[in-house]
Amino acid sequence: MPVPDKRLTEDDVVAELRDGMTIGIGGWGSRRKPMSIVRAILRSDLRDLTVVSYGGPDVGLLCASGKARKVISGFVSLDSIPLEPHYRAARQNGTVEAMELDEGMLMLGLMAAAWRVPFLPTRAGLGSDVLEVMPEIRTVRSPYPGPDGGEGEELVAAPALRLDAALIHQNRADRAGNGQFLGPDLYMDDWMSMAAERTFLSAERVIPTEEFAEHGRIHTLRISRLHVAGVVEAPNGAHFTECPPDYGRDEAFQKEYAASAASPEAWAGFRDRWLDLASEADYQAAVAARTGGAR
Amino acid sequence: MSEATRDEICVVAVAECFRGDGERLCNPIGTIPMIGGRLARESFEPDLVMTDGFATFTTSCLPPGTNPYRSDDGRLQVDAVVEYWNPYPQMFTILWNGRRHVMMGATQVDRFGNQNIACIGDWYRPRAQLLGFRGAPGNTINHTTSYFVPNHTPKVFVEHVDVVTGVGYDRAAALDPETSRFHEIRFVVSNLGVFDFDTPDHRMRVRSVHPGVSVADVQAATGFELVVPDDVAETRLPTDEELRLIREVIDPADLRKTEVKP
Repeated sequence: MPVPDKRLTEDDVVAELRDGMTIGIGGWGSRRKPMSIVRAILRSDLRDLTVVSYGGPDVGLLCASGKARKVISGFVSLDSIPLEPHYRAARQNGTVEAMELDEGMLMLGLMAAAWRVPFLPTRAGLGSDVLEVMPEIRTVRSPYPGPDGGEGEELVAAPALRLDAALIHQNRADRAGNGQFLGPDLYMDDWMSMAAERTFLSAERVIPTEEFAEHGRIHTLRISRLHVAGVVEAPNGAHFTECPPDYGRDEAFQKEYAASAASPEAWAGFRDRWLDLASEADYQAAVAARTGGAR
Repeated sequence: MSEATRDEICVVAVAECFRGDGERLCNPIGTIPMIGGRLARESFEPDLVMTDGFATFTTSCLPPGTNPYRSDDGRLQVDAVVEYWNPYPQMFTILWNGRRHVMMGATQVDRFGNQNIACIGDWYRPRAQLLGFRGAPGNTINHTTSYFVPNHTPKVFVEHVDVVTGVGYDRAAALDPETSRFHEIRFVVSNLGVFDFDTPDHRMRVRSVHPGVSVADVQAATGFELVVPDDVAETRLPTDEELRLIREVIDPADLRKTEVKP
């Protein structure tokens, strides 16, 4: 049987999103981020977003452009540049609300949402200021006896992080939304896809389902069309983050991006050159034409 | 072999943190911690399991800063001997399971071993946003943790940390005993000395000072009163074989000297 055809464009994806939505973004730091869809959000009128992410430049861009009202993260980093400068500025200027979770707690929140339970228990967070500065994160007492036979243990109830939409980027996909990752790590993309009401998947290449096997073994097929509402073919779509083995991070571009946090003028210049473009095609053409920026 | 320099003494002090760990995930974060962990495995603690810094456990002795992944005609290749696939979701499972000893950095650390890497100032409106909580809360409550501080000053060793990311002994003591049963802050290694919490109320104690450093130097660089035993040892010097491993095998590019001045 032919699989359903869910192909659309980045701008079609953005048309499905609404102000105030909670949006999960896959990848990790500056690694395999669905940047072409993030760029489409930056071109749109969307606002007041809550962004859930193991954050990188996706979070930085949505903060700097004023699209993000709140950021729920395990960290926000550019990897080779440890501190994301735009997120830093937003935190220090008080222009974004933050929920900074233990990295594992964020995963549990996505799992809880995926499994449709209100929380998952964990020891992570107990004794730390996660519980002091974010009192909305509650604890729960085990109904079972403790290891010494006494009262049950107190644990953190990592809250479910239900997403209105998730955006993820894969190396390959078919037109129905089955995704294939060919790099070393899927990160939380599978949990994101199941924690969301609707997931939009971009991929370097959209290929016939029967061709997945030419690219990787069955273990690389970890996103099911069951959980995907739309598929965008986005060659170089994760630029400037890495998308191995298709391409590495564009470090020169990332440096230019990081430098744009230095002043309002620098940000305006970056925006003008790289973001205020008519389309993703224009962006990719500008990247291809850039001198001195070879990977 | 020329004489050991301070960075190399730090490497050996870090390696000593993992002595006795056996078959456990040795997970040092940072340049000198990574070199020290590798040194422990290459010498006296051969059963340690170590990561490639990304998504595998590798038996290869990768120099710090190595990224072993590359594309071979569009296929992912890893230039290292891989013994286990350990992507991030699996790392959380490993650490909650407990067979791990992590060495993290600390922007601030206090007398009970509370660590801060999140931000400086009020968390709600930080003066300087740093890394956030990252994995510190989960690490410290689930398995053994040590810290490495390359620049020992009163701004790092503080009376009270601004945000508790890694849980110290006073915070752990306030929890149910069974809740904190996996908590252990083993050592803090700095460019001046080695510290432990082997005191009745788990206050930080001077375990050894590096050659050329006095207890008074260490106290002057610390923003709280350290517990000082009657006899403070000197941190041991690297052996000739350890110096050879550090200089020729593990860190031929001398990256350790960018973290601690020789």
